[in-house]
Parts: sequence; structure tokens; C-alpha cells
Amino acid sequence: MKQRVPTLLRGLSYLLMSFAVSSTTIAASKSETLVVVSGAGVNSMDIHRTGTNRPSYQVAVNMYDRLVTFGIKSEGNGGFKYDSNVIKPELATSWKLVDDDMAYEFKLRKGATFWDGTPITSADVKWSFDRALTLGGFPAVQMKAGGMSSVEQFIVVDDLTFKVKMTSKNKLTLPDLAVPVPIVINSKIAIANATTDDPWATEYLHKTPAGGGAYMLENWQPGQALVYKRFDNWKNGPLPEMKRVIVRQVASASTRRALVERGDADVALGLPNKDSKELAEAGKLTVVSSTIDNTLHAVGMNLKFEPFKNKLVRQAVAYALPYEAIFKSAAFELGEPMWGGASKTPATPVWPQKFPYSTNLTKAKALLVEAGYADGFKLPLSINLGFAEWTEPTALLIQESLAKVGIEAQIDKIPGASWRTKALVEKGLSLHLKNFGGWLNYPDYYFYWAYIEGHLFNSMNYGNPEIEQLVKDSLPMAIENPQWDINIKRLIEIGFDEVPLVPLWQPTMEVAMAPGVTGYVNWFHRQLDIREFKKK
Amino acid sequence: MINQKLMLIGHRIALALPTLFGVIVVAFILTRSLPGDPAVYFAGITANEESIAEVRAKLGLDQSLIVQFFSYCRNLMQGELGLSLNTGQTVVYEIQNRFPASMELTLAGLSLALIVAIPLGIVAAMHPNSWIDHTCRIFVTGGASTPIFFSGLFLLFVFYYLLGWAPSPIGRLDFLYSPPPMVTGFYTIDSLIAGDMETFVAAIKQMILPAVTLAMFALAPIARMTRSAMLTALGSEYVKAATANGLSSNKIVYVYALRNAALPLLTIMGLVFAYLLGANVLVEKVFSWPGIGSFAVDALIASDFAAVQGFILTMALLFVTLNLVIDILYTLVDPRMAEDD
Repeated sequence: MKQRVPTLLRGLSYLLMSFAVSSTTIAASKSETLVVVSGAGVNSMDIHRTGTNRPSYQVAVNMYDRLVTFGIKSEGNGGFKYDSNVIKPELATSWKLVDDDMAYEFKLRKGATFWDGTPITSADVKWSFDRALTLGGFPAVQMKAGGMSSVEQFIVVDDLTFKVKMTSKNKLTLPDLAVPVPIVINSKIAIANATTDDPWATEYLHKTPAGGGAYMLENWQPGQALVYKRFDNWKNGPLPEMKRVIVRQVASASTRRALVERGDADVALGLPNKDSKELAEAGKLTVVSSTIDNTLHAVGMNLKFEPFKNKLVRQAVAYALPYEAIFKSAAFELGEPMWGGASKTPATPVWPQKFPYSTNLTKAKALLVEAGYADGFKLPLSINLGFAEWTEPTALLIQESLAKVGIEAQIDKIPGASWRTKALVEKGLSLHLKNFGGWLNYPDYYFYWAYIEGHLFNSMNYGNPEIEQLVKDSLPMAIENPQWDINIKRLIEIGFDEVPLVPLWQPTMEVAMAPGVTGYVNWFHRQLDIREFKKK
Repeated sequence: MINQKLMLIGHRIALALPTLFGVIVVAFILTRSLPGDPAVYFAGITANEESIAEVRAKLGLDQSLIVQFFSYCRNLMQGELGLSLNTGQTVVYEIQNRFPASMELTLAGLSLALIVAIPLGIVAAMHPNSWIDHTCRIFVTGGASTPIFFSGLFLLFVFYYLLGWAPSPIGRLDFLYSPPPMVTGFYTIDSLIAGDMETFVAAIKQMILPAVTLAMFALAPIARMTRSAMLTALGSEYVKAATANGLSSNKIVYVYALRNAALPLLTIMGLVFAYLLGANVLVEKVFSWPGIGSFAVDALIASDFAAVQGFILTMALLFVTLNLVIDILYTLVDPRMAEDD
């Protein structure tokens, strides 16, 4: 009995001591550690691998370097946005067009190393680019979008000089090197861990990143957390302030909101518009809400189905949509309205821009009569349940409004997994709500994916030889070229008139940050870049 | 006697084998008929026909169903459950990590429910239709009729958001702690084995709110069943005889009546346990608990069939074991059961 009490006491005092110790160490490291809560989890450390999900692109962004990157501009209020007009050095310090403007020659940074201290050479760049192309799937498609379709286009000139040949002059090649895909991997480590069955070390790099980016991997618990630690010898940009970043996976948006409001998390990603609005009004936290470039929430009408073959019917639907009500109750007024444009001919080549339609049921009815659908028609309105937050209220409002002009739409809810197959691959949905965003911020790039027959995001089965020709001509063209301006305006004008796709609004990214935290960057890829964060 | 019991157990296990085979076949067929094309889903955002075909070939989805089934069975024999496309990890890894998390939480919730519900049921049965009985009824019905995501969020709102008593709802441990070395996969037990009291306390703290949420849900069936079983037992001949013989009321209630009421209670416990595992999914979402329920739901949404198959198989194994355990417990509670079989 005599011995028992002291043991218990000792135990208790250890417990108290350990609490005290841990709280002091926490206080010391807290200003250098950033806690981010995110709804989605990372499923691979390798962006080139088949099946890597979108949240995993953050690994490519933070742990690997590209040759070049986009500039970043402040949006005020602690938030930043990438600047698609500025391409600046990352691993490459300079570049120029050579060989009659048919190739880019990059000078790599002297003294830049991977985490293990080996210098980064153009052989690593070549190996990594070859890998992105050869492994196929999404990385290859993305490389090809920039005109890079063969490994022969990647040439090692010397250790610090690297050349990308183009098959034709193309304005997309350089920006395409700044997207998350063309990362530079430590090829020596990768090759050492490759096997004959797996020459590109996909198994190894899936779990073990080998790069030279601003952050290294401290710890990855799939489904729970990803912990980054800073690479203190990073040379390819200004050294980030946060030494350690914990990205915790918290599935429920309400829980994420509670965590950041209580101050247990510094940054909450992917908040619903409603929460974001409430938090902004409360004014305690920094709420960053900024539009996503080249992205639209829209209504698509499939030309494979009878009533929509007629342009007048499509225009009638465009006049029958209750834009204001949708923007209020589905977007909570966050985003850029895309209706009510002044003229049927665009004044600027800006994309996206307001379409010349607004709610006008009399006009809609008249157009339907003119098209021979005075009695209206019946059809399903398909929505993606994966985005029920905005698709559901929007669909209900549209259903109500279309009924007023005699169009009876039953809402057809499609689970997220089947959506891609049904909407994009089979292209078999007549009236549907859709979202598409182009990574490269050019109108012609949007039209390329969404308005050309057979292309993936053209779920409307829309085809028009004039658009095809205009896109083909404009894509490689420099935007300084006066003809580009003319082409784009014509593209938008056709879009206005033919309306296979009626934009509703340009959506936003919603992020809440604890007081004193700044540095959220709104990237076109919509994934987390932790390098700019600062904490007071 | 012991031999007889071993025979019974052997018999039950033999009976379970065809069930398991059936589960394997059904799981395979069900997962292949899931809507959505996994190849399209995993080919990524800018995929085209060609890259989708590449992905399909890589996943082996271009082969006939029979070929796919045999290669699946072959892998199963070697303890391979395949790769979860959704989480990028092997299904075995996911189940090893997530199953104990779910079990720990479910068992905690169930124990909590038992501790509260059985005394409640007994008290209610001893004073039927009194105010105690009615209070129990209101309490229990309230718990059962509140949707589980609501009660979870409500508890979170009060005890975490408003009062700040509960730790941040971010899963099994707070940001500051690292998991104890894995032995059983139960953080509470593992941290005790490692002698790490701090982590033990932290793990318990994290578990309180989600376990209470689950327990609220499980209270009703257990309390109601205890009440009715006890009412029957208390009204029976042997209790009357015991009372007539002047046995103490404690002995009558806790030895004679409760033991006889235990049988239906055991049955309902098996059911409630299964129920709770299902209810786990929502609790896991609200409290970011890295359990097997949310893993399975996410896998279903993504048509990630290796993961779905692994989940179904694990659950089938669990229920076969659970039924076995309950059968054995029956024989302990009621010796007649062993002879019947």
C-alpha cells in the first residue's frame, strides 16, 4: 500500500510535466507551423501515375519544381491569384526562342539541388518530361495540349541547358510548362528504384517523392494527414516562411468551419458558398473569395436531341432561365454573373463574359412558338450529384421557370462516378448542368475543349466548321496578333448566337483563414500551394 | 462438455465456409455491375478515348468477367485484395488501419450504450408505467429519433464550438500526438501497452463525442429490449416462487430475472452492433474518423471495386465471427442451447 500511492503520484506528476513540456514546445513551433484542413485527401505522391486524384496535384506543386511558373498577384485581403500573363523563372533562370523560333532554350539555375544535395541537371528534366509523355493518360494529354507529343522534342544541350523543340509555332507551349504536370524528378534516385517491369519507378515515386521543391515530405498518413517540412536549401524561389505545414483531411465542411473558427486550424479549404458568406459577414476571419479563371457553371443543351437541334429553342431556354434567383440561392452571390450582356457582338475578346440574355419569359415563349413548339415539350434535366451544392438548387429553379413556358423538365440526379461516363464520354444527356474550366487561360483553349465536336468537354455534341477553323488558327497564335483579337470575338459571337451552352456564373474558390494568416493562392488548378503562406 | 462445445464451434465454422464463398461471388458480381466506368473516372480530367483505353487495359478491365474472377480468386488465396484506386493504397493496408479505428469506436459506443441502457431498462421494468418508465421512454426515443449526423453535429457545436471542452474533431488523435506503435490497432490499448499515458488520455478524449453520438443511437433498442425481457422474467413463475421463498429482491432481480432476460438481450446486441457499424459512416464524416465506413462509401461512389470487395469480405468475416461468438455466449447463458444443436 505504501508503494502504491507514490507510483500513482509519480504517474500524475509525469502526466502534468509532459503536458507542460508539450505546451511550451507547441508555443515555440506554432508560429512556424501552419495547419490546413481540407475536405479531400491526397492519394499519391506522383502526379504522373494512373489514378492520381486532383488533390494530389498539390504534391507536384509544393514538392517539385517546374522550369517556369506563373506570376502571383495580390488580390488584397490576404489572398493571391496566379497571373496568367506573367511567366517567371522557377528552375530555369532564363529562356529564349531559338532555331527560327521553333524551339525554346532554357538555362537552368546554377547551384539548384534536389533534397539529397545532387545538382539538378537537364538530364533530370529530360527524364521527367519523357516520363510524363510515356506513361500516357492524363499527363500525356496535358503535355500534348502544349504541343509536346514526342520525346524527341526534349533535348539535353549540356548540363544546364535544355531545349524544347516545337513542331509548329505555339503560344501554349511555354505556359503548358508551368502547369503541375511537367515536374522535375530526381532521376538518379528514381532510376535506382526502377525495375524492368516498372522502368519509370511508378511504384516507388507513388509513395516516396524525390524532388527538389520548396517542401519535403515529413509524413503521409493516407486518408488522414500530409505533413510537409521546408527544404531549407531551396533556390528556385523565395524561401517560404512556414517551416512545417500540416494538411489534415476533414471530410465535413461544417467541421472544417468549426475548426478554423475555434482557431485550431489556420486555413479551411473548400468551404460552401453559404458558410463563406456567413464568415465574411461575421468579420472575424479572413475570407478569400475569388473567381476561377476560364471556368463556368453552365446549362448545356445536347444537339443530339430533337428540340435542341433548333437554335431558336436553345435561345428560348436561354431567355427562360431565372438567372438572378439562381445566383442568389445557389451561388449566394459569390462569383461573376454571366447574363445580361449589352450587345450580341462582343466588344472585347475577354472570356468568360456576360452573354446577351436575361430572364424574359415572353421572348422565350415567342421563340418557342416560332420554332414550332408552342405546346412546349418534355425532357429530363440531368445534374451531377457530386456537385449537389449548386446543381440541386439551380435545377429546381430552372425546372420551375421552364414550366412557365411549357417545357416540362424532370430532374435526373446522376451520381458523381457515372457523370463523366454519361455526360462527357457517351454525351447522352439532353439538358444538363455542367462545369468546365480550362487550365490555360485563353478563350480559344476553352472553345477547343468545349465547342469542338467529339472533344471531351463538349457534352452538347455541338459542331460548327467555322468554330473549328477559328480555334485551329487561334490556338498557336500570339495574343498580340491583331487577328487573334478578331478571331476570338467571332468565336464568342457565335457562342452568343448559337448558345449550345448558357453560362450562369463564373464560380469562385472559397477559403477561410485565421486572423493574421495570409498567402492563399488561387491557382487555375484549384489545388493547394503552401509556399506563400505567412503567419503573424 | 468441452468436447461438445468444440464440436459445435467446428460445426459453425464449417457452415460459414459456403457463406464466405457466396459472399466472394456476390461481391464480385455486384461490384462489376456498379454504375460508372472506373477507367473513365481514373483516367483523369482531360482524358480522351485513347488514354481511357490505356487505363482500362492497365486495370485489367478489358478482360472477360470469368478471367477477372479467377485472377481475383487467385489473389485472394495469396492474401491480396488488390489496390484501392481511390486512396492509392493497397486494400489490405487500408483495412488494417481503418478496421481497428471503426471497431474501437463502435465498441466504445456500444459499451457506453450498454452501461446506460441496461440499468435504465431494469429500472423501467421494475416500475412499469411509473414516471421513471416514462422518463426513460422519452429519453430513449429522443436519442433514437435524432438523425445521427444531426446529433453528431449538435454535440460538436455545443461541446467543441461553444464550450470548447472537447478536443478538435480531427480523428483519432489531435495534431500534436503521433499514433502509438501498432499492436492491436486500438489506440487506447496500444498506448497503454507502450506505457504512454499522455497518448492514452488524448485518444480517449477524441473518442468521447463520437462514442456518445453512437451510444445515443443504440440506447433505444437495448433499453426497450431489456425492459420487455425483464418484464417477462419478473412476471414468470420462478420469480414468483423465489419471492415466495423470501429471497432478497436483489438476488431475484440480478440473478434470476436478469440471467433469463440476457438471451434476447444478446440477440439484440448482435443486431445493434451491426447497426452501429453502419451508422459509423456519418459519425466518421463529422468527426473525421479514419474508419472503414467512409472508406467504403467513398469507394462505392468512385466505383473502386477492389476496395468495395475488400470491405464486403471483411464485413462478412466480421459477421460470421460475431454470430459465432453470440452462439457460444448463448450456450454459456443457457445450457440447453448446446444440446439442441
